[in-house]
Order: sequence, then C-alpha cells, then structure tokens
Amino acid sequence: MCLLMIAFSAVSILLVITVFIFGEGTPIMFKYGLKKFLFSLDWYPLEKSYGLLPMIIGSLSVTGGALVIGVPFGLACAVVLTEFSSKRLRRLLKPIIELLAGIPSVVYGFMGVVILIPFIRDRLGGPGFSVLAASVILGIMILPTIISISIDSLEAVPRSYREGSIALGATRWQTTRMVMFPAAKSGIIASIILGMGRAIGETMAVIMIAGNAATIPQSPLDPVRTLTSNIALELGYAAGEHRQALFATGVILFIIIMILNTIANLTSRKRKP
Amino acid sequence: MKILIPPRTEQNVMRSVLWLLTAITVFILFFIIFYVMKRGLPVVSLQFLSSNPAEMGKAGGIFSTIVGTIALTLLAILIATPLGVGSAIFLTEYTRENWMTRVIRFGSECLAGIPSIIFGLFGFILFVTKLGFGWSLLSGGLTLAFMILPTIIRTSEEAIRSVPYAYREVSFSLGSTKWQTVTRVVLPSALPGIATGAILSVGRSIGETAAVIFTAGSSLHLPTSLFSSSRTMSVHFYILAREGISMNNAYGTAAVLIISILSINILAYTLMSRFMRKYC
Repeated sequence: MCLLMIAFSAVSILLVITVFIFGEGTPIMFKYGLKKFLFSLDWYPLEKSYGLLPMIIGSLSVTGGALVIGVPFGLACAVVLTEFSSKRLRRLLKPIIELLAGIPSVVYGFMGVVILIPFIRDRLGGPGFSVLAASVILGIMILPTIISISIDSLEAVPRSYREGSIALGATRWQTTRMVMFPAAKSGIIASIILGMGRAIGETMAVIMIAGNAATIPQSPLDPVRTLTSNIALELGYAAGEHRQALFATGVILFIIIMILNTIANLTSRKRKP
Repeated sequence: MKILIPPRTEQNVMRSVLWLLTAITVFILFFIIFYVMKRGLPVVSLQFLSSNPAEMGKAGGIFSTIVGTIALTLLAILIATPLGVGSAIFLTEYTRENWMTRVIRFGSECLAGIPSIIFGLFGFILFVTKLGFGWSLLSGGLTLAFMILPTIIRTSEEAIRSVPYAYREVSFSLGSTKWQTVTRVVLPSALPGIATGAILSVGRSIGETAAVIFTAGSSLHLPTSLFSSSRTMSVHFYILAREGISMNNAYGTAAVLIISILSINILAYTLMSRFMRKYC
C-alpha cells in the first residue's frame, strides 16, 4: 500500500506542478483576455501590457533553426553509426556522444558567447546575439538526444529486413533510405520531437546568446527573446501582476511541451504494440 | 525525364556526405571540451578549489560553490532515490500492466519532458514563497529531486526487470515472502543498475542552472544549514560569464564543472556496462 502511494509520486508531482503553474498564471490571462496575451506585440510589464507574441515567435524560430541544423547532423551520425561503420567504431563513438550530453547548457551558451557571436558579428553583420547564434547552439545541444534515440530505433529494426534488402541487390544506402528509414520512422520522429522539446525548453544557453530583445525578429541576424528566457530574465525582480504574467508565460510553455510530449509518446508507442 | 544516378555512385556520394557530417559533429563536441580545458585548466589549482570567492567572484576560488553543489545534489538524490526505487518496485513486482501503470508511466514521461525553467518557476512559487523556505538548499534540493525523479524511476525499473526471474522463483521456493524476495534478492542484484540511474542524475543535477538559480539562490557564503541560500558551480559560472565578472575564473569553474560531470558519467557508464554483461 505504501509502495502504491510512492509509485504515484511522479504523477502527483506532475499534478502539483500543473496546479501551481496554472494557478499562478491563468488568472491574469483571463483578466486581460487570452487574445491580448497570445497576439499582442507589446511586452511592457511596467505599463501592464503583457503581449507574448514576440516570445512565442522567438521560441518557434530558434527551435525551427535548431531542427534545421540538428536533424541532418543527428540523423547522419545515427546512420553512420548503425549502417556505415565497423562495430568497434560504434562501440567507441556511441558512448562518447552520450557522455557529451552531460555538458551543462551554460557551457554551450558560453561557447556561443566567446566563439560564435564574435564570428557572426564580424562576418555576417548585426549584433551577433541573434536567432542564428541561438539556432546553431541549440542545434548542437539537441544532437545527443536525436542521435541516441534514432540509433536505438534503427537498431530495433529486425536484421532480416536489412539482409533481405541487401540480398535483393540494393546498396547499403538504398537499404537505409528505402528499408531502414521507413521501418524506424516512428522512433526517428519521436527523437526529433524530443529534441524539439529540449530546444524549446532550454533557458540559460539561450539567454546568453539570443540577445533577448522582446521584438519579432525580422532576419536571422536579429536578436530574439524566447518564452523561457522571458521567465528567467525577469523572475528575479518581478512582483505582483508582472510575476503572474511570467507564470502565464510558463503556462504557455507548459502547454506547448505537453503537446509535444504526448505526440512523441503516441508515435513511439505505435512502434511496440 | 528523371536522371538516373548509378546506385553505387549514389551510395559513395551519400557515404562521404554522412561521414563528413558525423566527423563535423564529433569534432564540434570535442572542440568544446578542449577549448574550455585549454583555457580553464591553467586557472585550476588547489588554491582555486579550496578558497572562497572574493569580490563577487572576481578573485579567489570556488570552494563555497563546490560545497553548495555537493550539498544540493546529495539532498536531491536522498529525496528522489527512495521515491524512484519505490515506484520502480511497484511497477515491476507488485502489479501487472494495467491502466494504473500506464498512468504512472505517462506521468513520469511527462515529468521527464518538462523544461527545467518550469521546475524553477514551480519551486520558486511553492517552496520559496508559499512554504516560506526562502532561497535555500532545501527548496533547491526538493526542486532538483522532482526533476531527476523520472530518470531514477526509469533506470531502476530497467535494472529490476533485468534481474532473471529464476532468482525470484528460488527465493519463493525457499518460502520467503514477496517483500523478503524484493528486499533481499531482487534489490541487491539490481543495485548496480539502480546506482547507475542515481549517478546519472547526480551529473544532471550538477549541470543544472535554471531550476537552481530561482530556488537555491546565489549567495556566495558557505551554506550552514538546510535553510541557507547557496550558489552551485553552474550558477556561479553563469553569473561570472554573463556579467563578465572574470573570464579567467569562469573558464576555471567551467573546467571543474565539465571534469566532474564527465567523470561521473563515465563512472555510470562503466557500472552500467558491467551490470549489462552480468545479466544480458
């Protein structure tokens, strides 16, 4: 009986978190109207104007950018490690890539500040702190997630599929493209969605490199503020309605993440009936 | 008309492209570590590790942040491990797959996907303000414990599941009860696997910033009780780097941070592979 209660700890923590975030965040959303929150461009907390649209677009743009960079590299690594490399190399590289998932996000952000931002500022123009910088760093940060889950799903494809295809005279690449990818599709999609969730939820690295201007970026070289950085930047000193508006930001982030998690959960469940 | 590329050529082209992308990825990941080490290691000395930060971190070492990190991580592990292992025992030994296990798994998977800043917000509103713990080790430890719980549940569950069923049958045939079997046979055999999960969570807690900065605060003093605010290494590094206080000390802190996390992860990895070799 005692164990049963413990077993529900994760679920109850999830519920408590939901209750507290929504409890703090939703009243102000309804007070000013959901429409204003979601579609107004003006984030001026001092004048009681809480429009989150720039941050929503900011989060989506850096996440999109991160996927553009992270997905091709991540899938390439996964394919090379499962299809085009010797067993020994795989044994060596896979743990290394997984170990690197442990590098803290602040370190990635710092690398962005000292290497990437001067490079963008000098070569491409703009302030350097930009959508582009955030996308590149987030793209690197989601690599371990994409690589290890894709590898797992590629390895879960029965050997006979690959052998059958090669016996029919297909090359390794044809086998990968026409047999392995379709067979491992749901796992690969789940890996991309989880990577996306990681990119949307990342906070500290993004604050350090994205520039944090609460405006809609016009080009990849413009600074941007995401939902997560909006919370972290202002929570330290916010009070009253301003703080509630930050919790409302959390509510929106929470909903986006929950939708992504549910999709990832459903796609990967289909794989193993 | 479709241009036909011979499959062999196509394969060779694709193979080179894929290898190139992989090489770039591995290079970037290594580059980050070497870059930080090259600049950070010269800063690290016994003096740096054992003296407290002075002038907001501009001078001095990182001793109090090391203590803060260890205290916070220990606290989180001590809270999360019993909950996580208990959940895993229930899921594996005391129930069949039914709606309840599905709810528990779904809850734990969702919890795993929640970004750390949301945990930070939650810990801030519940522990720091509503319960009045203030910015303290206790608030931070509880928040971190909630964050690492899903990892511990999942790894413990896998570890317990991989203990061969014969072990349990022998124990039952000797007349022991279910609980005796679990505590004296299953858990000891699954211990390395469970430890792996706990160690991985330690690595994650050490690197965490967003959830900690709003719950444990950023005081530079040595923590004296559960209710004193304390700064962890990653928060210290973040503040040094972001406010440009001292790049040298920032690199030094980053080097210590990376070395500790990598060695913890390597430890977890070796434990895991040894455990896997034993049972699989």
